[in-house]
Amino acid sequence: MKNLINILDLSVEEIAELIEVADDIIANPAKYRHVCDDKILATLFFEPSTRTRLSFESAMLNLGGKVLGFSDANSSSSTKGESVADTVAVVSGYADIIAMRHPKEGAPMVAAMHSTIPVINAGDGGHYHPTQTLTDLLTIHHEKGRFDDLVIGLCGDLKFGRTVHSLIEAMSRYSGIRFVLISPEELKLPSFVKQEYIKNKNIEYVQSTSLEDVIGELDILYMTRVQRERFFNEEDYLRLKDSYILDKAKMEKAKDDMIVLHPLPRVNEISTEVDDDPRACYFRQAHYGKFIRMALIMKLLEVKV
Amino acid sequence: MKVDSIVNGIVIDHIAAGKAMTLYRLLELDKLDCPVAVIQNAPSEFMGKKDIIKIDSNVDVNLDVIGYVSPNVTVNIIRNEEIVEKKHLSLPKKLTNIIRCKNPRCITTTEQGIDHIFMLHGADRNEYRCYYCDAKP
Repeated sequence: MKNLINILDLSVEEIAELIEVADDIIANPAKYRHVCDDKILATLFFEPSTRTRLSFESAMLNLGGKVLGFSDANSSSSTKGESVADTVAVVSGYADIIAMRHPKEGAPMVAAMHSTIPVINAGDGGHYHPTQTLTDLLTIHHEKGRFDDLVIGLCGDLKFGRTVHSLIEAMSRYSGIRFVLISPEELKLPSFVKQEYIKNKNIEYVQSTSLEDVIGELDILYMTRVQRERFFNEEDYLRLKDSYILDKAKMEKAKDDMIVLHPLPRVNEISTEVDDDPRACYFRQAHYGKFIRMALIMKLLEVKV
Repeated sequence: MKVDSIVNGIVIDHIAAGKAMTLYRLLELDKLDCPVAVIQNAPSEFMGKKDIIKIDSNVDVNLDVIGYVSPNVTVNIIRNEEIVEKKHLSLPKKLTNIIRCKNPRCITTTEQGIDHIFMLHGADRNEYRCYYCDAKP
């Protein structure tokens, strides 16, 4: 049995296979409509989520499977003090695969240690979010046509932004990558991510506090939201939340073929006036998420067409 | 200073100076009822100063604790006043329930009955990270 806790649980070859399956699902959805007819996905969301949970549910329903679960900790036994280990031990008897989101970092790892069915990390605190990364990779594959030789700008909350950490890990395995890290001082990339996945691999990178100064260099701009729920102190959140706002004026300085990605939800970090720009890919990106999750569920359940 | 040699037991040698009492606590040597000698700041040709712990009994000691607190330690097993085994320790790859994660966002802060695990990381392999959340100790 295999789990997906960190994007690095998947080799570059396995990611290529998932993308190939996702492409085939996009081209031939009818072929996959009943491949999981007798399977159940448990969505254990100890933290509220709209996109990721609905994307997982939609993915399983599109494969013919069924879905059960809860969408916040208040409607689960964790409010009674039940441990993650006990929860998954029970759910293992009710479902065939688990997608788990939890505010505590490492919770899906604990789940995988106690589960008898595959566990997918659907986001653990500010740590990892591998299925968002698979979504990002499928988007880059479709919109740029390659994973090599890209200048990737990551902007906003690089400290708590789990999607940023996972994307850096994933992209650091391709060649010719250059990272541009754009954040306020207080929300810089954690040192362990920078050391392990950028410096140790001799990948070129620059850090900047100004989006305007560097936007012209980028092939991909990955915007993130400053997340209120990651701050212990409201004052810090209020001070930093409007650090970067992507608008039409900044987009004019960008390359014609740059793409803008965002894991969503956005608050105000991308002005709605950018939505009509053909380089704005974030809504298409959300749609790609369903297809790559379908491919992932099939892989972990070892389901063949 | 003279500390009698031991007949059967363990000598933990080449402990970095000042680390003996940390080891004494983590190994819970205060719970033993056999003679235990802690020698601090003993002269050493290679280390300048070193600490030594002598335990006058055949007890099991957690070698991972010793390797973590003071790598490059030598553990001598003594039988009938002779060294029958010499173990040269280095940083252990995995620490289980030796240190706790301080990251308030880590699952180990709320999950009951969970092992606190740290793994050796980094290109030069000298840095520990929490197995669950990747935080440093």
